[in-house]
Amino acid sequence: MAAHLSYGRVNLNILREAARKELREFLDKCAGSKAIVWDEYLTGPFGLIAQYSLLKEHEVEKMFTLKSGRLPPADVKNIIFFVRPRLELMDIIADNVLSEDKMHSPREFHILFVPRRSMLCEQRLKEQCVLGSFNNIDEYILDLIPYDGDLLSMEYESAFRECYLENDQTSLFHTAKGLMTLQALYGTIPQIFGKGDCARHVANMMLRMKREFAGTQNQILPVFDTLLLLDRNVDLLTPLATQLTYEGLIDEIYGINNGYVKLPPEKFSQKKQGEASKDLPIESKKLQLNSAEELYGEIRDKNFNAVGAALSKKAKVISAAFEERHNAKTVGEIKQFVSQLPHMQAARSSLANHTSIAELIKDITTSEAFFDKLTVEQEFMTGVDTDKVNTYIEDCIAQKDPLIKILRLVCMQSVCNNGLKQKVLDFYKREILQTYGFEHILTLNNLEKGGLLKPQTGSRNNHPTIRKTLKLWMEDANEQNPNDISYVYSGYAPLSIRLTQVLARPGWRSIEEVLKMLPGPHFEERQTLPSGLHKKRQQGENRTTLVFFLGGVTYAEIAALRFLSQMEDSGMEYVVATTKLINGTTWMKSLMDRPESQTA
Amino acid sequence: MGISLGVLTIFSLISGRSKGRNSFHFTELPCESSVRLITPELRKIKSDNKANVGEFSPDDAVHKLLLGKVVVLENFRSLKDKLLLLDFSVNAHDGNVITAVLIYLKRTLSKELLFRELGCRQTALRHFIRYLTETKELTLLMELLRSLGRTEEVSLLQYKDHLNIADINKRRDFLKSCVSLPFSADDSAHVQHHLALLERQIQIEVSDREAERGGQTDVFQKFPREAPVLHMPLINTLYYSCLYHYTEPQENYSSPLNIRNTFRVSEKQFFITALAARSKLGAWLDVDTMFTNRKWFGFTKKKSPIGFHRVVDILHRSSAPSQVLQKYIGLVDDTERRISLAQRHKCHDVVINTYRELRDRQLLLGYRGRVEPGSEQEVTIDRLLGNTQIRWKN
Repeated sequence: MAAHLSYGRVNLNILREAARKELREFLDKCAGSKAIVWDEYLTGPFGLIAQYSLLKEHEVEKMFTLKSGRLPPADVKNIIFFVRPRLELMDIIADNVLSEDKMHSPREFHILFVPRRSMLCEQRLKEQCVLGSFNNIDEYILDLIPYDGDLLSMEYESAFRECYLENDQTSLFHTAKGLMTLQALYGTIPQIFGKGDCARHVANMMLRMKREFAGTQNQILPVFDTLLLLDRNVDLLTPLATQLTYEGLIDEIYGINNGYVKLPPEKFSQKKQGEASKDLPIESKKLQLNSAEELYGEIRDKNFNAVGAALSKKAKVISAAFEERHNAKTVGEIKQFVSQLPHMQAARSSLANHTSIAELIKDITTSEAFFDKLTVEQEFMTGVDTDKVNTYIEDCIAQKDPLIKILRLVCMQSVCNNGLKQKVLDFYKREILQTYGFEHILTLNNLEKGGLLKPQTGSRNNHPTIRKTLKLWMEDANEQNPNDISYVYSGYAPLSIRLTQVLARPGWRSIEEVLKMLPGPHFEERQTLPSGLHKKRQQGENRTTLVFFLGGVTYAEIAALRFLSQMEDSGMEYVVATTKLINGTTWMKSLMDRPESQTA
Repeated sequence: MGISLGVLTIFSLISGRSKGRNSFHFTELPCESSVRLITPELRKIKSDNKANVGEFSPDDAVHKLLLGKVVVLENFRSLKDKLLLLDFSVNAHDGNVITAVLIYLKRTLSKELLFRELGCRQTALRHFIRYLTETKELTLLMELLRSLGRTEEVSLLQYKDHLNIADINKRRDFLKSCVSLPFSADDSAHVQHHLALLERQIQIEVSDREAERGGQTDVFQKFPREAPVLHMPLINTLYYSCLYHYTEPQENYSSPLNIRNTFRVSEKQFFITALAARSKLGAWLDVDTMFTNRKWFGFTKKKSPIGFHRVVDILHRSSAPSQVLQKYIGLVDDTERRISLAQRHKCHDVVINTYRELRDRQLLLGYRGRVEPGSEQEVTIDRLLGNTQIRWKN
């Protein structure tokens, strides 16, 4: 049982348990002692499903990382490869198998493909003459991974690129499958809304898959009332902007991967009184971030400017709690105090960690560079001077700032202007190619294909109308005690979330005109429930909507949805699902060709 | 050692593969008999199970593949059957099945025929492109794209390959072969520039390496090259040129002006690059001549394409001496910025002059304590404070 998954309205532990059960069954299929050879990329997501203890229960004695050459020695009966279906990994596996010393202790080989088997991979193994060496070849369908009580992700990094650049809808098929799995566990979702071409496609597949099982009725009482499918390209602006929530900033600056963040160690080293300071640790400090940590749950979604006050308040509470020891007089009272100690110590340690993190972030957010960048972002978002070459961007290029920073800004300008004037676009392109290298014409082409950086087509710039109708820019957003979702970007309300908000109340019919200005169709579908399963809603009981972002979602958007869930009169609670958790930088990287050579 | 191509999933019901497994969540799990009720097609499969060798339709074959069974596709010889296989597999949405059929068609159909048929089947086409990309069959992929008229894409794909060539001469030759490809007009110009840049870098590198070894050229001795100029982006090449070839005439391919003109570098970029390079060498006179002097009611005022505070920043990074810094700090327009920069770099004269400009006696008085007692600056301050002709505002 993962504590952080049971807090929400929907118990995502059920999903996790189902995944664990499957894993157990596979492990038991390969009877006897085993060693697992891991595709490194999978260790993160798997860590969210099962720890080593579960594996040990099923006779996993050793674990290795997948690499070429001969496998390390291990006195086990079975060797199981846990891999993604990628051709280059097949070559490594073949190398491992062929290098095996068959004379001494012959071992049985198995492969578990995650999340799906691949014909191409099996063919490659056949070509390498090792396909016959495997006893079991199975797939472990890990579509939606629960990250927190209200958050699911497929961690399908290339989904946006595949859908919008390559017109490849494989990821959407997996999405539909993942949603069918979800419905099998949590009940058929009676209402489906969507906006975007991909959304339409996923809905179609879901309905069709349901039809294929006409005859068997899902008897589970529906947990979700509504499913909202949103294409990322309906709102290209939001991921480009710098997130301003605590969690959003941690992700932007340090990167959160599989619920963990790696931080520079200096601030976290323990220095005891009187002891000479040891050498600073070289390894980064790794912290797990989820709602099981009480303090983190409280501050993660706040605007960063409100975090300081929250930490101070918490410090006072914790201090007071520790002071209580002076008041404990009777044995009973002392006993009670002592029993609380672990919890209090954990709270204090948590406070120390987050105070350090907040300090690290503050160094950046109070810098002139950060302020200048934010100013330009907000100018674009409010439609100021989006039709000219921006001096700040020009200067950043001249200073050779990181390319991704430049790309985010020029794409923002393009999106906010519905495409750039040819002269302006040509100027930016030339400056970028001359400063960072001509090979970046590949990336620039990708960005154009994805609609992020393109020339004006002649059609009107609808952005101001969309902005006004949906109230995307809220002057004087209250960062400390927000009353609107725009606090997550200190004034800008994410378009995707605004659409979600309006859907719940008063409904999309009120914004028909604006919806037509956004790409892709919008639609509503209903799935019939077996009679008797229709929910009788109690007075004041909230409805639950699953919002699925096709192409990625940012932590700021998640924070905005949580804000909506908490609002007094919203009547709605949100659970978020996505193909991938993204920020502007990781998103941009996925659109570049050969990103390793292009981050300078 | 047999291969068990078992499909493990408790959600097999949803995935269409009926290998009914018991799951703790299903109160009603379809057993073998109820599977028959689910889809008529699956019902047919049961009867077909015995006939592994017998004739079955493309439809059946696809269904078998969906169930993870081994199917001998070679039985389907006619074009009609092959296309049916393709269409049924596309309808089923299962990527592995589509790939299996495509592999078969690739092997047994002529290129032209395959390309033609794929041309009118968008989903299958995308799958095939994906397949060729994954298996890195670039030649065939480019042929396919060309046949579809997606010529710009082909050009970019081919161009992309240059990243795999490390040797600059070979890369240059490769780019030469790319230049005539049907890029968009825009990209065509960029690729040509890319080629021109590489050619130029190769030439410069050859002659500079010689000069370096020869030991006659001063600048190479005083500021040894940190790296060859090869593979650098254009602006870096320009910087290099400003370092080592600044005074050369415009006709020389290694001169900054030649580079600027050939590649149409913007005025700002050129200025900043030249400024940074000459500062690095401590060539303050060169720096001075970069600013055009504008005559303004008898005063000569220096003009700069970038703000003077940025000029100061660039100079400072090259450890410019304070007399040099001072000159340019004094030219910063915004007085607040000017003062803060002057204070940071301890250019007292600028601060004093600015306070005088602002006619702010209080600030000037306050600043007196910041200069060395008995220094020239102190004397100046006292003189100014005592000057009755200045109309102080406070």
